[in-house]
Amino acid sequence: MIPTDTTHPNTAPFLSLEAVRKTYPGVVALDRFSMEVRPGEVIGLVGENGAGKSTLMKILGGVTRPDSGAVTVDGAAHDGLTVEQSIGSGIAFVHQELNLFENLDVAANVFFGREPLRAGPLKLVDRAKLREMVAPLLKRVGANFSADAPVASLSLAQQQMVEIAKALSIKARLVILDEPTSSLPIAETEKLLDVIKGLKAEGISVIFISHRLHEIERVADRVVVLRDGTLAGTLPKAQINHDEMVRLMIGRMLKEREKAGEATRAPGPVALSAQAIRTSTYPDRPVSLELRRGEILGLAGLVGSGRTELARVLFGIDERLAGNVTLDGKPLDVGSAADAVANGIFLVPEDRKLTGILLDLSIAQNISLPNLPAHARRSLVSTNAELATAEKQKKNLGIKAPSVLTRTGTLSGGNQQKVVLAKWLAMNPKVMILDEPTRGIDIGAKAEIYGLMRALADAGVAVLMISSDMEEVIGVSDRIAVMHEGQISGILDKDDFSQENVLLLAVGKKPKLLQAAGEAQ
Amino acid sequence: MSKKDLGLLILILVVGAVVTAINPRFLLPINLANTSNLIGLFGILSIGQAFVIITGGIELSVGSLVALLGTLFIDFIAVRELDWPLAFVVIILLGAIIGFVHGWLITRLKLQPFVVTLCGLLIYRGVARFYTADGTAGFAFGQNFPDLEFLTAGRSYGVPNSFIALIIIAIVMWVVLHRSVFGRYLYAIGKNEEAAKYSGIRTGRVIIAAYVICGVLTALSAIYFAMYTRSISPASHGQFYELYAIAAAVLGGFSLRGGEGSLVGVILGTVLLQELQNLVNLLGIPSSLNFAVMGGVILIGVLVDQQWGVFRARRRMVEAARQNVAGAPAE
Repeated sequence: MIPTDTTHPNTAPFLSLEAVRKTYPGVVALDRFSMEVRPGEVIGLVGENGAGKSTLMKILGGVTRPDSGAVTVDGAAHDGLTVEQSIGSGIAFVHQELNLFENLDVAANVFFGREPLRAGPLKLVDRAKLREMVAPLLKRVGANFSADAPVASLSLAQQQMVEIAKALSIKARLVILDEPTSSLPIAETEKLLDVIKGLKAEGISVIFISHRLHEIERVADRVVVLRDGTLAGTLPKAQINHDEMVRLMIGRMLKEREKAGEATRAPGPVALSAQAIRTSTYPDRPVSLELRRGEILGLAGLVGSGRTELARVLFGIDERLAGNVTLDGKPLDVGSAADAVANGIFLVPEDRKLTGILLDLSIAQNISLPNLPAHARRSLVSTNAELATAEKQKKNLGIKAPSVLTRTGTLSGGNQQKVVLAKWLAMNPKVMILDEPTRGIDIGAKAEIYGLMRALADAGVAVLMISSDMEEVIGVSDRIAVMHEGQISGILDKDDFSQENVLLLAVGKKPKLLQAAGEAQ
Repeated sequence: MSKKDLGLLILILVVGAVVTAINPRFLLPINLANTSNLIGLFGILSIGQAFVIITGGIELSVGSLVALLGTLFIDFIAVRELDWPLAFVVIILLGAIIGFVHGWLITRLKLQPFVVTLCGLLIYRGVARFYTADGTAGFAFGQNFPDLEFLTAGRSYGVPNSFIALIIIAIVMWVVLHRSVFGRYLYAIGKNEEAAKYSGIRTGRVIIAAYVICGVLTALSAIYFAMYTRSISPASHGQFYELYAIAAAVLGGFSLRGGEGSLVGVILGTVLLQELQNLVNLLGIPSSLNFAVMGGVILIGVLVDQQWGVFRARRRMVEAARQNVAGAPAE
């Protein structure tokens, strides 16, 4: 048994796991794992990818049964839950990938499959009753949108509120949030954390899984750390801090923590310059940006502020409606991604699985894809050349895989991201644009990717990093440009870095600068 | 040869053995020659279709194109008395142009392949019928083209030259599809067009090239079909051939979602289809049941293949879990 903490000494736990063990053929996924969740308690659950979080979720959701151990819900002990028992006892999940029907409205989503029906043989949906039922739920999650709004029109955070409303509609007593903030921008994350506090105030328990430790620090009453399928430790409220969580997660202190390290050289001349570019999302707002060789320029801002669109235009995926781009002082006309690649401008896209790599191809095939003619003789692919490049990159980047012939789809998120990086690193980048490079990646791999970005900058590459992770933007960048509604609202130099300043610029306000000279450009 | 292809080959041999056991005429040289001639004609058509299917597209107009281009070819050499090599080049070029237009409409104007080529199916059939005034295109009595006839409908050492043409085309296209940079691009685009574009591949050009290849091979097979039948009524000539070609590709392991399939597979698919046709004839099954037999076999083939895939995926998962214990910590 774990040493129980004493924040809620008088209440019986809603959920308790005792010595739970789960093995898959050849793998111990979870071993001697015990934890308790009391009513109204917010548990932060952290652990690297592969630590056993998913297995734990599957057991709580009734998808798999533990091999041994006991799961006690609301005083009733089970060997394992079924899906029906899980739902019936009020355990609700909000997954990272939302399970909403984007083409339906909010009300239809919340009560999907449980719609109130009108009397009569046709069993039509009773819209009025439905709306009546949804309204109080939306109020409880603090929704600022109507029940009639189509889900597609909502922001990610709002969609998550719909998911939580759905959870409340089945009278949830424990809401499990699986990395809910990993794709949320700063301001939206705030809203979600408020919702969690609201749930807590109603006596509903929350298990909050996140890689963003500062968010855990802010809302969790207790932190449970998983490592290699076992309980690495629990931290009571007073002991929750970043370093301690990291130490338990990886079993040692991170040397460089989550930093990319300081720049070792002064930034060089301007590599990529965008002058009054207009994107199709904000055709009325020109964007100008200068990116120097040897620097990491962080690009912060709320989701929808036009950061990804800017990157897509620079990389030639989207059409540039107006404005000029120069590379090393020479005008550049990028009409397609192929043009950008030919000029040494590379993009590590936001959506790794959809656009970053081809999951069905091997590591080697992914790495050679953008540069295939260089791996071919008389237009015929040379497998040897391809393998040689891949082996070299695998070693350089520390891609963990049985071989370079392994399908990339079977790799962990961090290793997939390394494959994306590897294909560009094999081609001598001049400008590297990274869009949310560490989303959904565990801490160890994160630190490695930061290190790679710094190494690139030190080698004279101009690095543009788009990120919604505040710690990351501040920890990694040499300068930070912030976008607000399609335009750069300001650029911060190192001395002016602070969460407050980035947030102020992100919502279009003036930052608090040390020197007047650093005024928004 | 992949396991999938091997399975198909075994099926072909088993069906052949069963048919032979019931009706030994199956193995008569004349029957084999006739069947391999048809395999040659349909094989060329199916390879073209396969190049489009691998990109995740579809080409529905090939049947109508066989009619239109065949009609034009016979008209050129029999009525307008063009030199046949010139007529040949013109027809091939026409096929390439039509393929280019399809590819251009699909990639640049973002129309769906199904829609574009469905319109093609209707348009080319209509034009062919109009061109002959709903009549028949054929040769006048005594008209002879010895060289052309030898190359298309003749035999070398008892083997139909159309079949030999298929073998040569298949070898070339095998290299293109499985060994060339272009072939790799085709697979990449079929698997995930968006990711291929983000890797700097000019996906539009590659897809257009696939439709051009299909157009050229369709034009070539149109000439072969024309010289095989020697007279064409555009109202019915080549009808449903697009479905034969698609069926051959699907039987050969191509996924209509794109990115999957092999050249050997589409050839074997064609062989099996023609073997089934032959079976219907030899076993005295009413020929009206022809399509039903084909449809049934394709359905069973795809079903077995799909279930086999599910089984393999499950085994791969267990294996990956096992490897995990040796390497990284478990999930």
